[in-house]
Amino acid sequence: MKAAVLVFPGSNCDRDCKVALERSVGAQVSMVWHKETELPAGLDLIVLPGGFAYGDYLRCGAIAALSPVMSAVRDAASKGVAVAGICNGFQVLCEAGLLPGALLRNVGLKYVCKFIDLDVVNGQTRFTAAFGETRTARMTMGNGEGNFFADEDTLDRLEGEGQVVFRYRENPNGSARSIAGIVNEAGNVLGLMPHPDRAFESALGSADGALLFKSVMASA
Amino acid sequence: MTGVLKAKVHVFLKPGVLDVQGKAVEAELHTLGWDGVSNVRVGRAIEFQIAGDDPTRARDEVNRMCERLLANPVIEGYRVEVA
Repeated sequence: MKAAVLVFPGSNCDRDCKVALERSVGAQVSMVWHKETELPAGLDLIVLPGGFAYGDYLRCGAIAALSPVMSAVRDAASKGVAVAGICNGFQVLCEAGLLPGALLRNVGLKYVCKFIDLDVVNGQTRFTAAFGETRTARMTMGNGEGNFFADEDTLDRLEGEGQVVFRYRENPNGSARSIAGIVNEAGNVLGLMPHPDRAFESALGSADGALLFKSVMASA
Repeated sequence: MTGVLKAKVHVFLKPGVLDVQGKAVEAELHTLGWDGVSNVRVGRAIEFQIAGDDPTRARDEVNRMCERLLANPVIEGYRVEVA
């Protein structure tokens, strides 16, 4: 499997994502600087990692969403390449309009950093097929702006179309309908606030995140 | 010679979007004794200069900047002043 991890100024989980992909599925991973206008050929997965791209200036993900590399990401996404935005990457994908909704300041105004249990709401996606009968996933979260928001019509549509993929078992930040992760209509773009890249082997406290990468590999 | 206009953009969360910072500030103002305070909203002000002499045209330009970058229309509304 060939994967690219985008690197924005302020990304801080880019190397975690690389290691997670290499160790969990043996992926061949290219690191791609955000100023690049082209992505490597033949990619199966593009990861937008966690961190604080552009220092979260203006709004989380707002400036990164306009980076040169995002045109290539948009193009690849329209051709069906799997794209996963984790944490800050989810914020970037929303700001870029590749996913609906937005991530607001956490209710409680706190940066929430802890292990969190998720329900796998849709196990039929390219990102969750390997969860099989497993309907829960334990990962860590670490964000101050992870409170998913979308208007009621959009939320109804997301639920109706099976686009809600992960839900918090206990809502940590006020996210609408406890949503932790969604996919786009075509099912090839995922946004997820918790970190599968910090939970890909048992030494890290959970290996559930590896199932997400295994799912993508199985669909590649 | 081209003049310079001053632009001021105010960005706030839309009325239907919970403003948790506004709520926190409101609670603190109540604690300090200002009981009559309600509907506190915390937003952002962005000021800059823009080349040109025509405020109407400049305002259109600034509105486009808001749509592209300065505000997120999914959650935020904005108000533009140009003088």
